[in-house]
Amino acid sequence: MRDWNLQGRNRDARLARAAGLADGKRVAAADARALLEAVLEPGDRVCLEGNNQKQADFLARSLASVDPARVNGLHMVQSVLALPEHLDVFERGIAAKLDFSFSGPQGARLARMVADGRIAVGAIHTYLELFGRYFVDLTPRVSLVAAQAADAAGNLYTGPNTEDTPVIVEATAFKRGIVIAQVNELVDTVPRVDIPGGWVDFVIQSPTPHYIEPLFTRDPAQISEIQVLMAMMAIKGIYAEYGIQRLNHGIGFDTAAIELLLPTYAESLGLKGKICRHWALNPHPALIPAIEAGFVESVHSFGSELGMEAYIRARPDVFFTGADGNMRSNRAMCQAAGHYACDLFIGSTLQIDLAGNSSTATLGRIAGFGGAPNMGADARGRRHASPAWLKAGREARGECGRMPRGQKLVVQMVETFREHMQPAFVDRLDAWELAESAGMELPPVMIYGDDVTHILTEEGIANLLLCRTEEEREQAIRGVAGYTPVGRGRDRRMVENLRDRGVIRRPEDLGIDKRMATRDLLAARSVKDLVRASGGLYDPPKRFRNW
Amino acid sequence: METLTYEYRGGRPVASPPPSFLVGVVGSGNLEVLVEPAPLGGLCRVEIQTAAVGFGATWQAVLDDVFARHPLADVRISINDVGATPAVVGLRLDQALDAFAGGAQP
Repeated sequence: MRDWNLQGRNRDARLARAAGLADGKRVAAADARALLEAVLEPGDRVCLEGNNQKQADFLARSLASVDPARVNGLHMVQSVLALPEHLDVFERGIAAKLDFSFSGPQGARLARMVADGRIAVGAIHTYLELFGRYFVDLTPRVSLVAAQAADAAGNLYTGPNTEDTPVIVEATAFKRGIVIAQVNELVDTVPRVDIPGGWVDFVIQSPTPHYIEPLFTRDPAQISEIQVLMAMMAIKGIYAEYGIQRLNHGIGFDTAAIELLLPTYAESLGLKGKICRHWALNPHPALIPAIEAGFVESVHSFGSELGMEAYIRARPDVFFTGADGNMRSNRAMCQAAGHYACDLFIGSTLQIDLAGNSSTATLGRIAGFGGAPNMGADARGRRHASPAWLKAGREARGECGRMPRGQKLVVQMVETFREHMQPAFVDRLDAWELAESAGMELPPVMIYGDDVTHILTEEGIANLLLCRTEEEREQAIRGVAGYTPVGRGRDRRMVENLRDRGVIRRPEDLGIDKRMATRDLLAARSVKDLVRASGGLYDPPKRFRNW
Repeated sequence: METLTYEYRGGRPVASPPPSFLVGVVGSGNLEVLVEPAPLGGLCRVEIQTAAVGFGATWQAVLDDVFARHPLADVRISINDVGATPAVVGLRLDQALDAFAGGAQP
């Protein structure tokens, strides 16, 4: 008769091999390597918690130090490759295959190792997509996660950086996998239970607290006047135009400039209460002045941000916080919120082609996508209406009696030239060549052209919803591409015609005086200004303290 | 470093120009633009010192548009671009030339 519980029996065998190493659920840090060698089997699918911010760094080091003769051929399924150890496991032959979402800081090394055949990449996913596969065909056999504290029963307290932990543990624990957590401290009672102890098999107090990257902090001192100008155009030409109440901002100085213009420029246009009330957003320090000015009603976050803890605790009406007072973030939930419950995504990119496809992949770097594709895509499953969504849908579909349907606003905001005179507009994305050189099945496109509704540059806004042909679309993009070769290749007459129709709008068409675009408009011009705006509650990491 | 020079004809001299006009601060990551009156026989001359070599045609296009917006004569414009993009150069020139010409108005 067939055995229907092979996974459960396999789990029992793993736990039995580790029994001598644990005191209850607790394992000493010195035994971490031995524990991994006991529970792991060659070819296992392993999730090593690497988030955008929080890193299971001690377990990453431990995994990179196991004996490859005992543990090898692992299939790593993790959202972010942030630490050198995340690739060391491949260099040492401990792991062989990788499915992931984002590899920002390790992108160049990853590209080299893929080219050398040291890593077989399954696919580059969005966060939600990878999390989805955890419950279908990429379920982890063993997960190595990070939390702030654990009690003797294995209950985990994540603190504000909950991030990916719930989704990883749920997928692993309910398919008879093994969950190992590194924690900063062992306590009698956790301040709140973020992960129930019954879902956790082993807890290790790490010798040092887990690493957290302050990824979303932007120093206002580095925001340029061009970014101020583009932020004015975003606010007046898009946010006010569509009445954007619910939104997500991508990471970067362009969007930080918008956040810092809300209490000044947007306020002067009478937009308080009319735009930017509900956010799916990490707690950006740059949002503090807008929160203090009363623009912001709610913020749900993917992760937390170093230094924002006390400020968040003091603003529970705005943020999602637990009974302990600290935020509970959740990347999977916030990604779902950003995809289905927001009317607008705005973010930067590195390259845009003539069809509006955008990519952050450049030659020699496999950077991945993170959440941008889910934020920056029309939610085809959405069924609730809002004025902004309906207006975008009307613009795209015309008034031709077809079935009414809305559309998400997806804005790509780029200066036409990046630093070192690299044009942001190109005839052909580097993604094509990267795909060929790395043997990928698809060029890694971050946001597909048919999802992009607006392209905003210092030269103007191209509303792609209003374009009716491929040719119009191309000329609308060329028409805001400035002095790049793509921009200089425009058909001037057609671009002027698009401008007459409002498909392209220049700052002067929006009633924006470019000379007003100075840093004086920023509600905070330095990190110190942000601290002041928070009433001293924001405590920036050292590297951002330049006073 | 590359020095690019562009000359434009057909502009109007500013009636009583200020002696010179400087915007931007070199060393602050900012672009420096110096505008000064000069007896150039009706020419507007622009000199660009740039670290990015090979963008002569790009700057030509930027400056053609700037001259179309600000047709001035007997003016020398010196730009020390410290790696600035055309967007920054255009914005700075608009600010500088507005101020230069405006300063001469009664």
